[in-house]
Amino acid sequence: MATGVASADHNYLNEKSGLWSWLTTLDHKRIGIMYMISVMVFFALGGAFAMLIRGELFSPGPTIMTAKMYNQAMTFHGAIMVFMVIIPGIPEFLGNFILPMQLGAKDVAFPRVNLMSWYCLMIGAAIAFISLIYNGSDTGWTFYTPYSVTTQNGTIWLVAGAFIIGFSSVLTGLNFIVTVHKLRAPGMTFWRMPLFVWALYSTAILQVLATPVLAITLLLLVVERLFGIGIFDPNLGGDPVLFQHFFWFYSHPAVYIMILPAMGVVSELITTYSRKTIFGYKAIALSSVGIAAVSFFVWGHHMFVSGQSELAGVVFSFITMLVGVPTAIKVFNWVATLYRGTVRFDSPLLFALGFLFLFTIGGVTGIMLAVAGIDVHFHDTYFVVAHFHYVMVGGTLMAIMGGIYYWFPKMFGRICNEFWARISFVLIFVGFNVTFFPQFILGAMGMPRRYFDYLPEYTSLNKISSVGAWTIGVGFLVGLWVILHALKWGKISGDNPWGAKTLEWQTSSPPPHENFHTQPVVTAGPYEYR
Amino acid sequence: MSSAISTGSKFMPYAATEIAKEYDSLYYFLLVISFISCVLVIGGLIFFAVKYRRRSENDKTPYISHNTTLEFLWSFIPFVLFMVVFVWGWILFHKLRTAPEGSLEIAVQAQKWDWSFTYKNGRSSAGEFYVPVNEPVRLVMTSKDVLHSFYVPAFRNKQDVVPGRYTSFWFKANAEGSYQVFCTEYCGDQHSAMLAKVHVVTRPQFEEWLSNDPYKGLPLAEVGQKVYQVRCTACHLLTEKVNVGPGFKAIFGREQKIQGGPSVVVDENYIRESILNPSAKVVAGFPSGVMPTFAGQLSEQELMGLIEFLKTVK
Repeated sequence: MATGVASADHNYLNEKSGLWSWLTTLDHKRIGIMYMISVMVFFALGGAFAMLIRGELFSPGPTIMTAKMYNQAMTFHGAIMVFMVIIPGIPEFLGNFILPMQLGAKDVAFPRVNLMSWYCLMIGAAIAFISLIYNGSDTGWTFYTPYSVTTQNGTIWLVAGAFIIGFSSVLTGLNFIVTVHKLRAPGMTFWRMPLFVWALYSTAILQVLATPVLAITLLLLVVERLFGIGIFDPNLGGDPVLFQHFFWFYSHPAVYIMILPAMGVVSELITTYSRKTIFGYKAIALSSVGIAAVSFFVWGHHMFVSGQSELAGVVFSFITMLVGVPTAIKVFNWVATLYRGTVRFDSPLLFALGFLFLFTIGGVTGIMLAVAGIDVHFHDTYFVVAHFHYVMVGGTLMAIMGGIYYWFPKMFGRICNEFWARISFVLIFVGFNVTFFPQFILGAMGMPRRYFDYLPEYTSLNKISSVGAWTIGVGFLVGLWVILHALKWGKISGDNPWGAKTLEWQTSSPPPHENFHTQPVVTAGPYEYR
Repeated sequence: MSSAISTGSKFMPYAATEIAKEYDSLYYFLLVISFISCVLVIGGLIFFAVKYRRRSENDKTPYISHNTTLEFLWSFIPFVLFMVVFVWGWILFHKLRTAPEGSLEIAVQAQKWDWSFTYKNGRSSAGEFYVPVNEPVRLVMTSKDVLHSFYVPAFRNKQDVVPGRYTSFWFKANAEGSYQVFCTEYCGDQHSAMLAKVHVVTRPQFEEWLSNDPYKGLPLAEVGQKVYQVRCTACHLLTEKVNVGPGFKAIFGREQKIQGGPSVVVDENYIRESILNPSAKVVAGFPSGVMPTFAGQLSEQELMGLIEFLKTVK
């Protein structure tokens, strides 16, 4: 990494050298870069499983693997992407690097805890991969009981890994909450914080409050498996539907842990590249908090057909509609920000516009699925698979890519090759729609998800979907090349290549060890383009 | 896999109940509203981005912080729309979940990886079942092992099948035909092979089927073949190839290595034991506990039939 240093000036990259200085660093920026590398490696692994899945589904019947291998590929794709890529992706990688600087702070509140959270992620991931030695796991990332209690032994390692990764999430959330409350620069009031900080703050509350519920649930699962104590298994007097309540009580808020930070990134990108103040700052900030609060009360919309009561289903359907309102408000605000702006189509903005395009489709199909009667037919079909990929990949991953290209000059003092960055955007965006749009139709036609084999009438749409997936794969390889290329040969960017107004751009790029040469004092809001 | 089921339009399965048609009306309403919303948002996005593209680095922008009227409207209008579809969806959900009095009841049992059906007169079937057209039918379902889910796209209905309790699923099919049943709750290796068919027939045809002994006049080996085709085929092939369990080619009379013990000869008793108590002597190289027991599910005639059928597999 040290070779990527752009200027000879004293900065966080060249301050110390050697692998050991990285592994023991307390600098939030260096920890952010370590998260960047980890998340990229995990993403490559999860992506490889996705390519295998689409290879198998290219035609009906066994294509390149057995049903058992397929179920494991599907499990590892889901578990890696959720627990090791999308959840840590924005808060722990981009957030770690950017949040303290946007607040005008020297670091996060607890630097040692910050480093520990990275080790939690790495140790948890290592334990999760140990499961591969013990026959792997084939439960899907949801670990539904009683299947997960009876299937092969690798499951227990995967569950233990997810349990430990959860601590990474909790510790980071705790760190961010305290940092936001205690370490703001003089003059940085709550209403002067950038929207990325607001989004991370809302996310942090979710991480701290929801993740322990997952931890307890996974612990109960392990206890049931190891000691035969009946909690979820009906043969032992337990209730399998109880597991689903516990699981989604975490995992629905987790969906917002995945998407809120992405919304924060998009707010930053849209203002910077239209060089215009954000429309409805307070509405966007408060809607993040509102979404976070309401998201705790919608988990039952994953369970309309699980056997929960009809009344519960209706109540959860209603509350889910309420989450739709602040989400819609945010989208309208972003579009309104572009109005009479001066829009420059750099690749980060392309990813932000791609986010808006795909997230809108993910959003309206989310409303369809929230309609209780409609969900009955779509539940556990490819319609749901398409919907959540539009939100998670079309939303969060687009934002991560945009965020990387946007803050790359900040991190490394160099700028990514614009031409190839745009090529990667086009491949990912087009490939994404080719992959997942046909899956809406497959789901409406009734094709269930997690199917190794399918009826012949679903063949042509599956073929299209597979070709799209490989296009996305190529797009991300190009993106990887853009990043590696820029580390070594990227043009020197200067301190603030985009003319952005937020605090992180008001210091040198890459920044010095404690971020600012002199303590910044804030006298105005974050997006004062006048 | 094979399918000979009418699948309706290119984009939705055939609607074989009144509720399915009501479902489609709401779905098409949602599609139209969603399409309009997407055109407005995405169209607005592209229009603004292109119209206000940066022409010079000295471009200035107006400082527009908010607009209360506009913000009220774009919060209130979506809210009203959401409430409309919520209530409409509630009504539909209630209909899908409320079986009329006097429905024909059929007991359904799910296990890895097949469906079996038992009628009140004792008639039972596996992998397929018959119902009369234009009469409400209520399935009372449970699972022997893990979660499964009973899903018929043509009825736009789905219900998880949970071990240790009963859940129910009802429909009133208004068109004769055969419709696909899927398992839609992930249940392991052969999840995607856990299929069944529901045959909707006229009342006289249904009664004939109900009182009919499915094996009447058939030689034992053919009885066994029928049982094999619905109960065993998901895991055991008739070749040497391993699917989930061992292949059945030339199985009868061969010497078989078993886990942690001496070899056994595959005879009538071994086959019977392996069906009723599968973990007793597991073939070497296969994990135990994968095959569920079929005790209480197969009659003596069916068991003997299977044994006779396996003798014919060369």
